[in-house]
Amino acid sequence: MLTGLSALLSHWARHRVQAALLLIGLALATALWTGVQAINAEARASYDRAASALSQDRLPRLVAGRITLADYVALRRAGWPVSPVIEGEATIGGHPLRLIGIEPLTLPPGAAAAGDPGDFLTGGVILSAEPLDDPRARRADLPLGTALTDIGVAAGLLGPDISYLLLTEDRAPPPGYALIHPSTTDLSQLTESFHLNLAAFGYLAFGVGLFIVHSAIGLAFEQRRAMFRTLRALGLSARALTGLLLAELLVFALVAGAAGVALGWLIAAALLPDVAATLRGLYGAGVGSELTLRPVWWLSGLGIAVLGMLASAGQSLWRLWRLPPLTPAQPRAWARESARAMRGQALAGALLLGGAAGLLAVPGLWPGFGVLAGLLLGGAALLPMLMAWLTRVGQRLSRGPVAQWFWADTRQQLPGLSLALMALLLALAANIGVGTMVGSFRSTFTAWIDQRLAADLYVEAADEADAARLLDWLGPGATALPMIRTTDGGTEVVGMVDHPLFRRAWPLLRALPDPWARLDAGDVFVNEQMALRRGLSPGDRVEQGVVAGIYADYGNPMPQVILSFDRHRALYPLPVLRYALITDIPAAAIRAAFPRLVVEDRAAIRRASVAVFERTFAVTAALNVLTLGVAALAMFASLLTLSALRLPQIAPVWAMGLGRGRLAQLEFLRTLALAALVCGLALPLGLALAWVLLAVVNVEAFGWRLPMLLFPGDWLRLGMLSLLAAGLAAALPVRRLARMAPGALLKVFAHER
Amino acid sequence: MNVKAIALILMAAAVPASGQGFAGLGSDAEGFEIPRPGPFDFPADHGPHPAFRIEWWYVTANLTAADGTEYGAQWTLFRSALAPHEAEGWASPQIWLGHAALTSATRHLAAEKLARGGIGQAGATADPFEAWIDDWDLSDRMVARGEGFAYDLALSATGPIVAQGDGGYSVKSAAGQASRYYSQPFYAASGVVELDGRRIPVTGTAWMDREWSSQPLAGDQTGWDWFSLSFDDGARLMGFRLRGAGDFVSATWIAADGRPEPQPPGALRLTPLRRATVAGREMPVEWRLELPAKGLDITTRALNDHAWNALSVPYWEGPIRAEGSHPGHGYLEMTGYGEAGR
Amino acid sequence: MLSLTDVCKGYATSEGRVAVLDGVSLSLAAGETLALTGESGSGKSTLLHLCAGLDAPDSGRIEVAGRPMGRSDAERAALRRGTVGLVFQQFNLIPSLDVAANLAFQARLAGRLDPRWLADLVAALDLDPLMARYPEELSGGQQQRVAIGRTLAVRPALVLADEPTGNLDEASGDRVMALMLRLVAETGTALLMVTHSPRLAAALDRRVHLRGGRLTC
Repeated sequence: MLTGLSALLSHWARHRVQAALLLIGLALATALWTGVQAINAEARASYDRAASALSQDRLPRLVAGRITLADYVALRRAGWPVSPVIEGEATIGGHPLRLIGIEPLTLPPGAAAAGDPGDFLTGGVILSAEPLDDPRARRADLPLGTALTDIGVAAGLLGPDISYLLLTEDRAPPPGYALIHPSTTDLSQLTESFHLNLAAFGYLAFGVGLFIVHSAIGLAFEQRRAMFRTLRALGLSARALTGLLLAELLVFALVAGAAGVALGWLIAAALLPDVAATLRGLYGAGVGSELTLRPVWWLSGLGIAVLGMLASAGQSLWRLWRLPPLTPAQPRAWARESARAMRGQALAGALLLGGAAGLLAVPGLWPGFGVLAGLLLGGAALLPMLMAWLTRVGQRLSRGPVAQWFWADTRQQLPGLSLALMALLLALAANIGVGTMVGSFRSTFTAWIDQRLAADLYVEAADEADAARLLDWLGPGATALPMIRTTDGGTEVVGMVDHPLFRRAWPLLRALPDPWARLDAGDVFVNEQMALRRGLSPGDRVEQGVVAGIYADYGNPMPQVILSFDRHRALYPLPVLRYALITDIPAAAIRAAFPRLVVEDRAAIRRASVAVFERTFAVTAALNVLTLGVAALAMFASLLTLSALRLPQIAPVWAMGLGRGRLAQLEFLRTLALAALVCGLALPLGLALAWVLLAVVNVEAFGWRLPMLLFPGDWLRLGMLSLLAAGLAAALPVRRLARMAPGALLKVFAHER
Repeated sequence: MNVKAIALILMAAAVPASGQGFAGLGSDAEGFEIPRPGPFDFPADHGPHPAFRIEWWYVTANLTAADGTEYGAQWTLFRSALAPHEAEGWASPQIWLGHAALTSATRHLAAEKLARGGIGQAGATADPFEAWIDDWDLSDRMVARGEGFAYDLALSATGPIVAQGDGGYSVKSAAGQASRYYSQPFYAASGVVELDGRRIPVTGTAWMDREWSSQPLAGDQTGWDWFSLSFDDGARLMGFRLRGAGDFVSATWIAADGRPEPQPPGALRLTPLRRATVAGREMPVEWRLELPAKGLDITTRALNDHAWNALSVPYWEGPIRAEGSHPGHGYLEMTGYGEAGR
Repeated sequence: MLSLTDVCKGYATSEGRVAVLDGVSLSLAAGETLALTGESGSGKSTLLHLCAGLDAPDSGRIEVAGRPMGRSDAERAALRRGTVGLVFQQFNLIPSLDVAANLAFQARLAGRLDPRWLADLVAALDLDPLMARYPEELSGGQQQRVAIGRTLAVRPALVLADEPTGNLDEASGDRVMALMLRLVAETGTALLMVTHSPRLAAALDRRVHLRGGRLTC
């Protein structure tokens, strides 16, 4: 048994490249999968932390123009179950933070952060997720960018007025106060589409990686066929042999899995800051940029490596199991067998595409991803059939024996290459699809944000007195348009004055006639995502009034309603602190005069918004490139496998007078032709993918529908890139062929294989 | 941060693993003032004493409706100092805890409130006397409400204030732990109780305990049984047993005219009779009380065995009836009984 | 038609260099058939491969159709495309092409496809019913008939055959052999055939024996 194993393992010592490919393929597949898993796990853990640490965010709020300490005590003494919060932006230990000051004694049990309560009440402790350079700071499980402290500390830093009251029992609001319902959407719901997106990429990359493993294992089994026969003839049972090979594969899987998990850790660590920035920018979700090593995570990484290995080796092991001890090798019988398999596969592919088309009719995010999966898998399954057809056409159209042989031989290679070609197709289609979506989004988004940011400056005052002083100081030198926004029950409610600036900045996608006059008269506008989610059209009614118009609101995950400014003031008596300014006064002058004021100019906001956008897709782009790289490696592995098996096919042609150099040239051309054909087929598939992403998945996930724009320049670049990748993949096998000693080719004729 | 944790700070320290007494009352008094014997300073002493670690205003009322149905009402305000001083606003280290309960033969409902000192949400004033937390109030009225119950009772004193122990210096252990302690055991009460939505006019008597200290228990004392009894002949009895390595029993006999007669330690004999399982604990709900010097030999029975205040610091507090040589009624408080199997 | 002068060829092995051909000289006239016999490993195939330009000699001179063997791979490949035809024991055919395409392949490669001649060959070799089949669907005898047809389609001056019936049973071997000899004779093609069978060797004009790297008669 042990001798058997050492005989089996000796193969790898002589075929180091093969062993390396096997390990690299599995490690890469595992790495991409676990990397994505790690990022998602980290983000989800952050949401859980946020949910448990700040559950006071779930309580309804009472707001009024101004709430003093005396107002609060009066309410308590009248028996109202309210708890005060002082909240605002503060810079502590050099960190700008959202500081939340709570009064733990009046909060319901479990509503505030843990920690030493005595310290919290009298120690002036400030809890935050980040290490702050401040003697009062303690680390705690909190969302990033948020600090929690006692209301006394917050009052000292932010001023004595109470920001809002939490209503801790289910009651109508006291007179003079407006009730704002807590957000009903939680972070994990909001960000689900984002994580689903990442997970889909993880699975895609894993699948592509398995193609490599499959090729390498297939080659190793093929090359050891004679050895297997000998071992069987020497009395090793099929079961023992299979067991030995299984053990060997398991060792490989564990080594590659461990390497993959380590690599995945690096990938996750490299991508996490971008992901965290995206989630913060897009959803306001705080995610730490440090990874935590979770046992579940690396165990599942090893598990997936073993599973992947078994999945890739299944076919080879099955064949071995059924191999009679003394059958001669029949290397070409599989060609005909695979023709039948190809037809079955094509049928399955057609069914998958049909299923995907059918799923389009089902609303929802998961069906949307189902369409994507059906499209990708169906396209991949159809590929060999289409390629066979294309090579047949090529053969028919070509003149001259070499060209005809070229196509015929290309077709004959398809069964062995089809997995690698499918991997390439998937990677390319995903690239084109995601690229088209991102490009469409980028163009639409930048045009939209330029329009939306119409004012020169945007300012936010700390309190109303400050705001009044600013307006006074500005005088006639500026037009100041008040802006007000609150969140009520998971919906953003915006108050907007009717001004040409806003009319320009909020173009309506669909509207009733004369919508701005209607807004003044009490109607509302809703954003596209809210309209889509609730199936609203202009003329329909929502809680706040009749929908007079629907506007685009890209990048906002929340439903939003616009009311006239006066109606908003009446419904939500909040202090007005934010203004859009039309002015020539430079931002610096205002900052100098009002140091407590937050002043942003148009360019800065635009820069920040576009940066958030770019980061959102930085991860996608990185995964895209990695997937393409893995696909190229799969191609390389397959070509290497095939080149070893191809001598009997090439030798007769060589013997008939086609030189080795010319043959190598043809082999190289063949690889490029295959890649080019796959590129050609990936284009429609990628565009279909982009359409599904834009018209189905985005609409379900984010609530906005974007026009699909085409970027042929990108396709060209991608096409060149994949030809380059294919060329690189073919280079080694082709070079080997060009330099092959005639003796190696002659052996074909002299020996039985 | 949960209420339990806050209640523990309120009780001045974390509950120690062992040997530190009930709710940490046996811990050190560092920085806090130590009670000393001497005369009270009224009306100032009706108000808070922020330099002491802990203080309470504690009223229990035995009430009867027109149809003879008996009720008990409890109104309690605890003050707990995290530091031995008072300050304005949120900076105040004083924390206030209110307990209110209403008991009938079949129902016992209790509620709790927490508040910061320094902002006026809770506190006490000496003259005119008032103690409050949120909308619960104690002055010449006693008002509170909780989930499913409420009461509003007018209180009028029919006798003098009584100093407990040695002129208001109440020794709590053989080692000398003590508190400042006076009572007003002669309140007549009348008003309305509200139970499960029914408003019921009631009359009866009430008893107020005022106590402040910084270290009222010895380290080995794990709980107490505390009686306040009003006899039909007008006399009153306050007696307690602090359970520890050796029980410490103290009592004051109060004559009908309000004259206190402190009894020597151990003069009052307390014998548990019937036990009931309350909230998973075996607790004595019937007692025999003997004070031979006064010819007292009575049996007390709980109006409701399950007068369990399931609050952040749970304890038993309920009305009792006395039968035997001196019939009457009163209140019993029992703390520090562990759950079965502990 | 073919002349070898003092041809030497050796291979590097782990035990040093082993000389396979040690000064072989041979000549073959147009239309002449010659059997090359010898033990296993005596260098028969090597000699044949050298004649076909599939390999280069270490020293000595090889002339085919009056011209010296080219030094470059491309020159030698050109020789194989038009002048020399090869028939091996096995793997003669291109697996991805059908019989018709295989038959025409070399002639088209050489740019001298003569459809009429090819049709004659197909008829003579009785390949008509097999034209649309692929090599893997043929028996060994059928494959070798296709290989002979493909080789002769070019009208080569010289056919080099390496145990062309070695993989066949005796009956089909004899049939293939007879066909080949007939067609070679009809077209006036010279034939050098490697065989270990004295019976087959006897059917040819002349016979040489290779032993110890040298030719004997």
